[in-house]
Amino acid sequence: MTTPQITPPQGAAHARLVGIGAYRPERVVTNDEICERIDSTDQWIRERSGIESRRFADPDVSVTDMAEAASREALERAELTGADIDAVIVATVTHPYQTPSSAALLAHRLDATPAAAFDISAACAGYCHGVGLASDMVRGGSARNVLVVGVEKLSDFTDPTDRSTAFIFGDGAGAVVIGPSDVPGIGPTLWGSDGSAWDVISQKHSWIDVRDHTTEWPALRMAGQSVFRWAVWQMAPVARKAMEAAGIEPGDLAAFIPHQANNRITDAMVKQLGLPEHVPVARDIVTTGNTSAASIPLAMHRMLDDGTVAPGGLALQIGFGAGLVYAAQVVVVP
Amino acid sequence: MAQTEQEILDGIAELVNEETGLPKESVELDKSFTDDLDIDSLSMTSIVVQAEDKFGVKIPDDDIKNLRTVRDVVGYVQGAQG
Repeated sequence: MTTPQITPPQGAAHARLVGIGAYRPERVVTNDEICERIDSTDQWIRERSGIESRRFADPDVSVTDMAEAASREALERAELTGADIDAVIVATVTHPYQTPSSAALLAHRLDATPAAAFDISAACAGYCHGVGLASDMVRGGSARNVLVVGVEKLSDFTDPTDRSTAFIFGDGAGAVVIGPSDVPGIGPTLWGSDGSAWDVISQKHSWIDVRDHTTEWPALRMAGQSVFRWAVWQMAPVARKAMEAAGIEPGDLAAFIPHQANNRITDAMVKQLGLPEHVPVARDIVTTGNTSAASIPLAMHRMLDDGTVAPGGLALQIGFGAGLVYAAQVVVVP
Repeated sequence: MAQTEQEILDGIAELVNEETGLPKESVELDKSFTDDLDIDSLSMTSIVVQAEDKFGVKIPDDDIKNLRTVRDVVGYVQGAQG
Protein backbone atom coordinates (compact mmCIF):
# COMPACT_ATOMS: atom_id res chain seq x y z
CA MET A 1 0.00 0.00 0.00
CA THR A 2 1.35 3.43 -0.90
CA THR A 3 1.11 6.31 1.55
CA PRO A 4 -1.33 8.93 0.26
CA GLN A 5 0.28 12.24 -0.60
CA ILE A 6 -0.60 15.20 1.59
CA THR A 7 -2.43 18.06 -0.10
CA PRO A 8 -0.03 21.01 0.10
CA PRO A 9 -1.23 24.42 1.29
CA GLN A 10 -2.19 26.87 -1.44
CA GLY A 11 -1.28 30.48 -0.87
CA ALA A 12 -1.70 33.77 -2.71
CA ALA A 13 0.88 34.85 -5.28
CA HIS A 14 1.77 37.92 -3.26
CA ALA A 15 0.85 39.78 -0.07
CA ARG A 16 0.33 43.46 0.70
CA LEU A 17 -0.66 45.88 3.40
CA VAL A 18 -4.38 46.47 2.86
CA GLY A 19 -5.26 48.94 5.63
CA ILE A 20 -3.64 50.67 8.58
CA GLY A 21 -4.95 52.01 11.89
CA ALA A 22 -3.55 53.77 14.92
CA TYR A 23 -4.41 54.57 18.50
CA ARG A 24 -2.75 57.38 20.44
CA PRO A 25 -3.71 57.86 24.09
CA GLU A 26 -5.22 61.27 24.88
CA ARG A 27 -2.91 62.30 27.69
CA VAL A 28 0.09 64.32 26.50
CA VAL A 29 3.06 64.09 28.86
CA THR A 30 5.56 66.92 28.46
CA ASN A 31 9.29 66.80 29.14
CA ASP A 32 8.70 69.19 32.03
CA GLU A 33 6.37 66.65 33.64
CA ILE A 34 8.98 63.89 33.18
CA CYS A 35 11.60 66.18 34.77
CA GLU A 36 9.56 66.40 37.97
CA ARG A 37 10.95 62.92 38.76
CA ILE A 38 14.45 63.05 37.22
CA ASP A 39 17.34 65.49 37.30
CA SER A 40 17.08 66.66 33.70
CA THR A 41 15.66 69.43 31.51
CA ASP A 42 13.38 69.82 28.52
CA GLN A 43 16.36 71.04 26.49
CA TRP A 44 18.57 68.08 27.46
CA ILE A 45 15.86 65.59 26.49
CA ARG A 46 15.25 67.30 23.15
CA GLU A 47 18.97 67.37 22.35
CA ARG A 48 19.56 63.73 23.30
CA SER A 49 16.44 62.21 21.76
CA GLY A 50 14.40 64.70 19.75
CA ILE A 51 11.43 63.98 21.99
CA GLU A 52 9.20 66.94 22.92
CA SER A 53 6.29 64.99 24.40
CA ARG A 54 4.81 61.50 24.53
CA ARG A 55 1.39 59.97 25.25
CA PHE A 56 0.58 57.88 28.31
CA ALA A 57 -2.55 55.73 28.44
CA ASP A 58 -4.85 56.03 31.46
CA PRO A 59 -4.51 53.34 34.15
CA ASP A 60 -7.78 51.67 33.10
CA VAL A 61 -6.76 51.41 29.42
CA SER A 62 -5.11 48.06 28.63
CA VAL A 63 -2.76 46.93 25.90
CA THR A 64 -5.66 45.01 24.33
CA ASP A 65 -7.91 48.11 24.49
CA MET A 66 -5.34 50.10 22.53
CA ALA A 67 -4.81 47.23 20.08
CA GLU A 68 -8.57 47.01 19.53
CA ALA A 69 -8.92 50.71 18.70
CA ALA A 70 -6.06 50.60 16.17
CA SER A 71 -7.36 47.33 14.67
CA ARG A 72 -10.88 48.69 14.14
CA GLU A 73 -9.48 51.55 12.06
CA ALA A 74 -7.22 49.18 10.09
CA LEU A 75 -10.21 46.93 9.31
CA GLU A 76 -12.32 49.90 8.29
CA ARG A 77 -9.62 51.23 5.96
CA ALA A 78 -9.18 47.72 4.53
CA GLU A 79 -12.97 47.54 4.03
CA LEU A 80 -13.03 44.26 5.92
CA THR A 81 -14.63 43.00 9.12
CA GLY A 82 -13.34 40.78 11.89
CA ALA A 83 -14.97 37.80 10.18
CA ASP A 84 -12.55 38.24 7.24
CA ILE A 85 -9.50 37.83 9.48
CA ASP A 86 -7.91 34.35 9.69
CA ALA A 87 -5.05 35.17 12.04
CA VAL A 88 -4.25 37.84 14.62
CA ILE A 89 -0.64 38.57 15.58
CA VAL A 90 0.06 40.99 18.41
CA ALA A 91 3.62 42.22 18.85
CA THR A 92 4.10 43.53 22.38
CA VAL A 93 6.31 43.28 25.44
CA THR A 94 3.91 45.06 27.79
CA HIS A 95 0.78 42.86 27.82
CA PRO A 96 0.90 42.15 31.56
CA TYR A 97 -0.20 38.52 31.41
CA GLN A 98 2.33 35.78 30.83
CA THR A 99 -0.67 33.90 29.41
CA PRO A 100 -3.12 34.00 27.72
CA SER A 101 -2.18 36.18 24.79
CA SER A 102 -3.56 39.62 24.05
CA ALA A 103 -4.18 38.38 20.49
CA ALA A 104 -6.80 35.79 21.49
CA LEU A 105 -8.83 38.37 23.41
CA LEU A 106 -8.41 40.87 20.58
CA ALA A 107 -9.66 38.32 18.02
CA HIS A 108 -12.71 37.72 20.20
CA ARG A 109 -13.46 41.42 20.59
CA LEU A 110 -13.21 41.95 16.84
CA ASP A 111 -15.56 39.01 16.13
CA ALA A 112 -12.69 37.31 14.33
CA THR A 113 -13.08 34.05 16.31
CA PRO A 114 -11.95 31.35 15.50
CA ALA A 115 -8.99 33.17 13.91
CA ALA A 116 -5.57 31.86 14.91
CA ALA A 117 -4.20 34.24 17.52
CA PHE A 118 -0.83 34.63 19.21
CA ASP A 119 1.53 37.26 20.61
CA ILE A 120 5.15 37.60 19.59
CA SER A 121 7.99 38.88 21.76
CA ALA A 122 10.44 40.70 19.55
CA ALA A 123 10.46 44.03 21.36
CA CYS A 124 10.90 47.07 19.11
CA ALA A 125 11.31 44.76 16.09
CA GLY A 126 8.04 42.95 16.84
CA TYR A 127 5.93 44.74 14.25
CA CYS A 128 8.35 44.02 11.38
CA HIS A 129 8.56 40.39 12.56
CA GLY A 130 4.75 40.29 12.41
CA VAL A 131 4.67 41.78 8.91
CA GLY A 132 7.21 39.20 7.73
CA LEU A 133 5.28 36.34 9.32
CA ALA A 134 1.93 37.54 7.97
CA SER A 135 3.32 37.95 4.47
CA ASP A 136 4.65 34.39 4.56
CA MET A 137 1.36 33.08 5.99
CA VAL A 138 -0.69 34.71 3.21
CA ARG A 139 1.68 33.45 0.52
CA GLY A 140 2.06 30.07 2.23
CA GLY A 141 -1.66 29.45 2.43
CA SER A 142 -2.18 29.34 6.20
CA ALA A 143 -4.26 32.54 6.21
CA ARG A 144 -5.96 34.81 3.70
CA ASN A 145 -6.07 37.98 5.79
CA VAL A 146 -3.85 38.57 8.81
CA LEU A 147 -4.16 41.36 11.36
CA VAL A 148 -0.78 42.50 12.68
CA VAL A 149 -0.71 44.83 15.68
CA GLY A 150 2.22 46.57 17.36
CA VAL A 151 1.10 47.82 20.77
CA GLU A 152 2.81 48.92 23.95
CA LYS A 153 1.91 50.44 27.29
CA LEU A 154 5.50 51.18 28.22
CA SER A 155 4.45 53.65 30.90
CA ASP A 156 3.72 50.56 33.03
CA PHE A 157 7.28 49.27 32.60
CA THR A 158 9.24 52.51 32.85
CA ASP A 159 11.02 53.61 36.01
CA PRO A 160 10.03 57.30 36.23
CA THR A 161 13.13 57.98 38.36
CA ASP A 162 15.66 56.45 35.92
CA ARG A 163 17.09 59.44 34.10
CA SER A 164 18.46 57.31 31.25
CA THR A 165 15.07 55.86 30.23
CA ALA A 166 12.24 57.82 31.89
CA PHE A 167 11.96 60.32 29.03
CA ILE A 168 12.22 57.79 26.19
CA PHE A 169 9.11 55.66 26.28
CA GLY A 170 5.46 56.22 25.40
CA ASP A 171 2.23 54.30 24.83
CA GLY A 172 0.26 53.57 21.65
CA ALA A 173 -0.84 51.04 19.07
CA GLY A 174 -0.61 50.59 15.32
CA ALA A 175 -2.27 47.87 13.24
CA VAL A 176 -2.27 46.66 9.66
CA VAL A 177 -4.29 44.13 7.74
CA ILE A 178 -2.14 42.02 5.41
CA GLY A 179 -3.90 40.18 2.62
CA PRO A 180 -3.47 38.64 -0.83
CA SER A 181 -2.28 40.67 -3.77
CA ASP A 182 -1.73 40.26 -7.52
CA VAL A 183 1.52 42.21 -7.36
CA PRO A 184 4.30 42.16 -4.74
CA GLY A 185 3.46 44.45 -1.81
CA ILE A 186 5.94 43.25 0.80
CA GLY A 187 9.61 42.61 0.06
CA PRO A 188 11.80 39.92 1.61
CA THR A 189 12.28 40.27 5.37
CA LEU A 190 15.85 40.62 6.60
CA TRP A 191 15.86 39.55 10.21
CA GLY A 192 18.11 38.18 12.90
CA SER A 193 19.24 38.21 16.50
CA ASP A 194 22.32 38.54 18.70
CA GLY A 195 21.67 37.12 22.16
CA SER A 196 25.24 37.86 23.28
CA ALA A 197 23.86 41.35 23.96
CA TRP A 198 20.78 40.01 25.76
CA ASP A 199 21.33 42.38 28.70
CA VAL A 200 21.81 45.61 26.75
CA ILE A 201 18.06 46.34 26.83
CA SER A 202 16.06 44.25 29.26
CA GLN A 203 13.48 43.96 32.00
CA LYS A 204 15.48 44.50 35.20
CA HIS A 205 14.42 41.29 36.97
CA SER A 206 12.48 38.11 36.31
CA TRP A 207 8.90 37.58 37.47
CA ILE A 208 10.23 34.93 39.87
CA ASP A 209 12.31 37.60 41.61
CA VAL A 210 9.19 39.74 41.89
CA ARG A 211 7.18 36.83 43.33
CA ASP A 212 9.88 36.24 45.93
CA HIS A 213 9.80 39.94 46.87
CA THR A 214 13.56 40.17 46.37
CA THR A 215 13.31 43.07 44.00
CA GLU A 216 11.39 46.17 42.94
CA TRP A 217 9.08 46.40 39.93
CA PRO A 218 10.99 45.05 36.88
CA ALA A 219 11.02 48.16 34.69
CA LEU A 220 13.07 48.29 31.49
CA ARG A 221 16.72 49.29 31.58
CA MET A 222 18.93 50.18 28.68
CA ALA A 223 22.63 50.74 28.02
CA GLY A 224 22.05 53.72 25.73
CA GLN A 225 25.51 54.05 24.21
CA SER A 226 25.75 50.35 23.33
CA VAL A 227 22.29 50.43 21.79
CA PHE A 228 23.16 53.55 19.81
CA ARG A 229 26.31 51.95 18.43
CA TRP A 230 24.57 48.71 17.48
CA ALA A 231 21.51 50.42 16.03
CA VAL A 232 23.42 52.75 13.76
CA TRP A 233 26.40 50.75 12.61
CA GLN A 234 24.87 47.26 12.55
CA MET A 235 21.34 48.16 11.46
CA ALA A 236 22.09 50.52 8.56
CA PRO A 237 23.65 47.58 6.61
CA VAL A 238 20.54 45.49 7.38
CA ALA A 239 18.31 48.25 6.02
CA ARG A 240 20.50 48.44 2.91
CA LYS A 241 20.23 44.66 2.41
CA ALA A 242 16.43 44.83 2.73
CA MET A 243 16.40 47.33 -0.14
CA GLU A 244 18.75 45.18 -2.21
CA ALA A 245 16.64 42.06 -1.54
CA ALA A 246 13.58 43.97 -2.75
CA GLY A 247 15.44 45.26 -5.80
CA ILE A 248 14.91 48.85 -4.70
CA GLU A 249 17.34 51.79 -4.84
CA PRO A 250 17.35 54.39 -2.04
CA GLY A 251 16.07 56.98 -4.51
CA ASP A 252 12.98 54.82 -5.20
CA LEU A 253 11.74 55.19 -1.62
CA ALA A 254 8.71 57.32 -0.78
CA ALA A 255 9.51 56.99 2.94
CA PHE A 256 12.11 55.69 5.38
CA ILE A 257 10.38 54.52 8.55
CA PRO A 258 12.87 53.24 11.11
CA HIS A 259 11.76 52.23 14.59
CA GLN A 260 11.35 55.49 16.48
CA ALA A 261 14.01 54.75 19.07
CA ASN A 262 15.73 58.11 19.21
CA ASN A 263 16.02 60.89 16.62
CA ARG A 264 19.79 60.80 16.97
CA ILE A 265 19.79 57.13 15.92
CA THR A 266 17.55 58.03 12.97
CA ASP A 267 19.87 60.91 11.96
CA ALA A 268 22.93 58.68 12.07
CA MET A 269 21.18 55.87 10.15
CA VAL A 270 20.10 58.27 7.41
CA LYS A 271 23.71 59.43 7.14
CA GLN A 272 25.04 55.86 7.05
CA LEU A 273 22.49 54.84 4.42
CA GLY A 274 23.20 57.88 2.27
CA LEU A 275 19.49 58.44 1.67
CA PRO A 276 18.72 61.13 -0.90
CA GLU A 277 17.29 64.30 0.64
CA HIS A 278 13.97 63.93 -1.17
CA VAL A 279 13.13 60.75 0.80
CA PRO A 280 10.89 61.68 3.77
CA VAL A 281 12.07 60.24 7.09
CA ALA A 282 9.66 59.31 9.90
CA ARG A 283 9.96 61.63 12.92
CA ASP A 284 6.88 60.57 14.85
CA ILE A 285 9.04 60.20 17.97
CA VAL A 286 8.94 63.98 18.52
CA THR A 287 5.40 63.91 19.93
CA THR A 288 4.99 60.17 20.53
CA GLY A 289 8.19 59.02 22.22
CA ASN A 290 9.55 55.53 21.67
CA THR A 291 6.57 53.16 21.57
CA SER A 292 8.59 50.01 20.80
CA ALA A 293 6.52 47.61 18.65
CA ALA A 294 3.95 50.33 17.88
CA SER A 295 6.36 52.96 16.59
CA ILE A 296 6.57 51.98 12.90
CA PRO A 297 2.85 51.62 12.15
CA LEU A 298 2.15 54.78 14.19
CA ALA A 299 4.74 56.68 12.16
CA MET A 300 3.43 55.32 8.84
CA HIS A 301 -0.12 56.23 9.86
CA ARG A 302 0.94 59.80 10.62
CA MET A 303 2.87 60.16 7.34
CA LEU A 304 -0.19 58.96 5.41
CA ASP A 305 -2.57 61.24 7.27
CA ASP A 306 -0.46 64.39 6.93
CA GLY A 307 0.26 63.68 3.25
CA THR A 308 4.00 63.11 3.67
CA VAL A 309 3.60 59.81 1.86
CA ALA A 310 0.87 58.70 -0.55
CA PRO A 311 -0.71 55.25 -0.79
CA GLY A 312 1.22 53.10 -3.25
CA GLY A 313 4.62 54.55 -2.34
CA LEU A 314 7.51 52.35 -1.25
CA ALA A 315 8.52 52.49 2.41
CA LEU A 316 11.63 50.96 3.96
CA GLN A 317 10.85 49.94 7.54
CA ILE A 318 13.28 48.52 10.09
CA GLY A 319 12.67 47.51 13.68
CA PHE A 320 15.48 46.79 16.16
CA GLY A 321 15.56 46.28 19.89
CA ALA A 322 15.88 44.09 22.95
CA GLY A 323 17.24 40.63 22.27
CA LEU A 324 19.00 42.02 20.45
CA VAL A 325 16.72 41.39 17.48
CA TYR A 326 15.93 43.12 14.22
CA ALA A 327 13.76 42.86 11.12
CA ALA A 328 13.46 45.01 8.00
CA GLN A 329 11.52 44.99 4.74
CA VAL A 330 10.35 47.25 1.94
CA VAL A 331 6.55 47.55 1.74
CA VAL A 332 4.02 49.30 -0.45
CA VAL A 333 2.18 51.86 1.68
CA PRO A 334 -1.54 50.99 1.89
CA MET B 1 51.48 50.62 10.93
CA ALA B 2 51.66 52.72 14.08
CA GLN B 3 51.01 56.44 13.59
CA THR B 4 52.59 59.37 15.39
CA GLU B 5 50.78 61.28 18.11
CA GLN B 6 50.34 64.25 15.77
CA GLU B 7 48.87 62.09 13.00
CA ILE B 8 46.37 60.57 15.38
CA LEU B 9 45.50 63.97 16.86
CA ASP B 10 44.89 65.38 13.37
CA GLY B 11 42.71 62.40 12.53
CA ILE B 12 40.64 62.81 15.68
CA ALA B 13 40.29 66.54 15.04
CA GLU B 14 38.85 65.73 11.61
CA LEU B 15 36.33 63.31 13.10
CA VAL B 16 35.27 65.81 15.79
CA ASN B 17 34.90 68.50 13.13
CA GLU B 18 32.73 66.24 10.95
CA GLU B 19 30.56 65.16 13.87
CA THR B 20 30.10 68.48 15.65
CA GLY B 21 31.28 71.25 13.35
CA LEU B 22 33.86 72.39 15.92
CA PRO B 23 37.02 73.86 14.34
CA LYS B 24 39.81 71.28 14.09
CA GLU B 25 42.26 73.54 15.95
CA SER B 26 40.01 73.50 19.02
CA VAL B 27 40.76 69.77 19.44
CA GLU B 28 43.83 69.83 21.69
CA LEU B 29 45.37 67.01 23.71
CA ASP B 30 44.31 68.29 27.12
CA LYS B 31 40.72 69.14 26.17
CA SER B 32 37.96 67.15 27.83
CA PHE B 33 35.33 65.92 25.38
CA THR B 34 32.41 66.65 27.69
CA ASP B 35 33.60 69.67 29.69
CA ASP B 36 35.62 71.61 27.08
CA LEU B 37 34.25 70.45 23.71
CA ASP B 38 30.63 69.91 24.88
CA ILE B 39 30.44 66.51 23.15
CA ASP B 40 27.72 64.24 24.56
CA SER B 41 27.82 60.46 24.92
CA LEU B 42 26.10 59.71 21.61
CA SER B 43 28.38 62.00 19.61
CA MET B 44 31.30 60.47 21.46
CA THR B 45 30.13 57.02 20.35
CA SER B 46 29.96 58.22 16.74
CA ILE B 47 33.48 59.60 16.95
CA VAL B 48 34.80 56.39 18.52
CA VAL B 49 33.20 54.13 15.89
CA GLN B 50 34.65 56.25 13.11
CA ALA B 51 38.02 56.32 14.88
CA GLU B 52 38.00 52.50 14.82
CA ASP B 53 37.72 52.59 11.02
CA LYS B 54 40.18 55.40 10.57
CA PHE B 55 42.91 53.95 12.78
CA GLY B 56 42.22 50.22 12.37
CA VAL B 57 41.66 49.57 16.11
CA LYS B 58 38.85 48.16 18.27
CA ILE B 59 37.43 50.27 21.11
CA PRO B 60 34.87 48.30 23.17
CA ASP B 61 31.82 50.10 24.66
CA ASP B 62 33.15 49.54 28.17
CA ASP B 63 36.34 51.45 27.36
CA ILE B 64 34.59 54.50 25.88
CA LYS B 65 33.63 55.90 29.28
CA ASN B 66 37.32 55.99 30.28
CA LEU B 67 38.22 58.18 27.30
CA ARG B 68 37.76 61.55 28.95
CA THR B 69 40.28 63.72 27.14
CA VAL B 70 41.62 63.91 23.60
CA ARG B 71 44.92 62.63 24.97
CA ASP B 72 43.14 59.55 26.35
CA VAL B 73 41.91 58.65 22.83
CA VAL B 74 45.28 59.32 21.23
CA GLY B 75 46.96 57.14 23.86
CA TYR B 76 44.36 54.38 23.44
CA VAL B 77 44.85 54.33 19.65
CA GLN B 78 48.64 54.30 20.00
CA GLY B 79 48.45 51.45 22.50
CA ALA B 80 46.09 49.45 20.29
CA GLN B 81 48.16 50.06 17.17
CA GLY B 82 51.43 49.26 18.91
